[in-house]
Amino acid sequence: MNILFDRLFGTGQHHIAIDGDFLGGTATVGDREAVIIGTCNKAAINCSTSLKVAGAILAAVREDEATFRPPRPIVFLVDTQGQELSRHEELLGLNGYFAHVAECCELARCQGHSLITVIHGEAVSGGFLAFGLMADRVCALPDAQVRVMDLRAMAKVTKIPYDKLLVLAEESPVFAPGAENYWRMGAIHELWRKNDDWRRCLIAALTQTEQEDGRARLGLERGGRELAAPIAALVATA
Amino acid sequence: MNSKTVNYFEASARTRITCLVDTDSFAEICPPHFRHTSPHLARLNAPVAFDDGVIVGRATVAGHSVLIASQEGKFNGGAVGEVHGAKLRGLMERALDERPVAVLLLVDSGGVRLHEANAGLIAISELMRAVLRTQAAGIPVFALIGGSCGAFGGMGIVSRLCAEVVISEQGRLGLSGPEVIETVKGVEEFDSRDRALVWRITGGKLRRAQGEATHLVDEDVHSFRSKTAQLLGAYAEEKLKPAGLAGLTEIQRQLAERTESYAEARDGRIIFQVSGFTDLEAVALMPIDAFNRQLGEAL
Repeated sequence: MNILFDRLFGTGQHHIAIDGDFLGGTATVGDREAVIIGTCNKAAINCSTSLKVAGAILAAVREDEATFRPPRPIVFLVDTQGQELSRHEELLGLNGYFAHVAECCELARCQGHSLITVIHGEAVSGGFLAFGLMADRVCALPDAQVRVMDLRAMAKVTKIPYDKLLVLAEESPVFAPGAENYWRMGAIHELWRKNDDWRRCLIAALTQTEQEDGRARLGLERGGRELAAPIAALVATA
Repeated sequence: MNSKTVNYFEASARTRITCLVDTDSFAEICPPHFRHTSPHLARLNAPVAFDDGVIVGRATVAGHSVLIASQEGKFNGGAVGEVHGAKLRGLMERALDERPVAVLLLVDSGGVRLHEANAGLIAISELMRAVLRTQAAGIPVFALIGGSCGAFGGMGIVSRLCAEVVISEQGRLGLSGPEVIETVKGVEEFDSRDRALVWRITGGKLRRAQGEATHLVDEDVHSFRSKTAQLLGAYAEEKLKPAGLAGLTEIQRQLAERTESYAEARDGRIIFQVSGFTDLEAVALMPIDAFNRQLGEAL
C-alpha cells in the first residue's frame, strides 16, 4: 500500500494506518492536509467496515468544526468486491448501515468538505454505492475494475447467452464491467493513466469538485447515458 | 375501489396509488402514452413497459399535497434501470420547486436492473443524493414497503435514507436477497425456501422491532393510507429537521451498539426477545396493533 500512498501523496507525506481492510489517516495534497478514508484487499463491506468509514467521516467533520479551520478535503481510497453476503449482516440491517454512511458523506459535503474517490482496486455494486459513488468527483487508477456483476453471472441471471452479451457489450456501456464504461456514463470523472503523475492528478481533481450532482449531464455529453438527464429534467419540470 | 378490501401486497403499482390518494387527485407525469421505454431492454429483446416499471405523479392524501412514485414489482422485479431511475430522481428535483408536504416512494424492487446494470447502479447513486438533498430542504420522503419484491439492493439503501419507513408484515427490507446469499454462500448460510427464517431476517415485524422501519401497518392499502395521512399531518405541522452532526453521531452510537449486542446473531428471534416478546412462536401470529402496543407505540 505504501507504494500507492507514495505515488498519490509523495514520500513521507502520508500518515495512514491499515487496520484489516480499513485505511484511515491524513496526507498532504498540494499544500493542504486531507483526510484519508478507505478500504483495501477487495474488502467485502459489512456493518463494521461501514461504521469505521462513517465514524472517520464524522470525526473529520467534528475536528474541523471544533478547531474552526476550513473543512479539509476527504479522499476515499476504494477497493471493494461489494457488500458482504451473509445472513448475520442482513439481520443487522446492512442496508441501514450503508444509508448511514451515505448520510455522513452528505453531511460532510454540506459542511464544505470536498469528497474525492480514487478507485485503486475493485469497485463493485453495493460496496461502491456505500461511499465511493457518494463523492463529488470519482477518479480511477489504470487497473481499477468497476462493475455490478461479471458477464458470466449476468448471462445466468438474465438468461441471455454469454456470447450475445459479449457482442452487445462492444456497442453499449450500460451493462458490461469496466471503468471506461463508467467514465462514458459520467459516474467516473477521470481515468488516470499508468504514467500520469497521480499526485498532480489528485491536486488538480481537488480544484474541480462541485457540490451539484453533474453525473447525468456528463453521461449525456460523453454519449454513454443519453436518457437519464432529459427524462429527469422532464419529470422535474413537466 | 374500497381501499379497506384491497391487499397492498397483491395490488398493482397503479392500484396502490389509486387507493392511497384522495379520489381523482392523481395526475401522472410522463404517462405511458409518452412511451418512455428502456432502449437497453429492447436491445436485449427483453419486454419493455411504457412507463419503464414506475409511475410518477402528484396527488393529495387527506388534503395534503404529495409527489408520489410507485414501482411495479411485476415488471422485471421493480428493478431500476436508466429511465426508471431518472423518473425517480426527477421527482425528487420537482419536489424542491413544488414543495409538497412529502414525497411518497411506494418501493417494490429488487434493486439494480441487471440488463442495464451500470446505468441502474449510477441511477440509484443519483437517487440517493437526490433524496438526501430533498430532505435537507425540509421535505421528507416516505418509503412505503409491502410489495412482493420488498425493498432490496440499492432500493433497500434508498428506503433507509427516507425520513419514514412504513412497512407491512409481508414487506421485506434488506440489501442482498436470501436467494443471492444462498446461491453464493450455500444453503447452510441462508435457506431462501425457509419462509419463516426469511421473515425473521428481513420481514416487516423484525425491521420494526429493531427500528429499521418507523411504522408497521396492516396488509390492506387503507392501513398504509391512514398511517401516511397521519404522518403528513404531523410534518405539515412540524417541518423535517436535518439530523446534523449531533444526530448522525447518535445514530452511529446506536448502530455500533447493535453490532456489538448482536455480534453472533443469525436469527431474528433474539431481536424479538430483546424487544420484550416472551412467546416467540406467537410473534408471527400477533395482530399488528398488539405488536405495536408491545413496542410501546401509542396508537
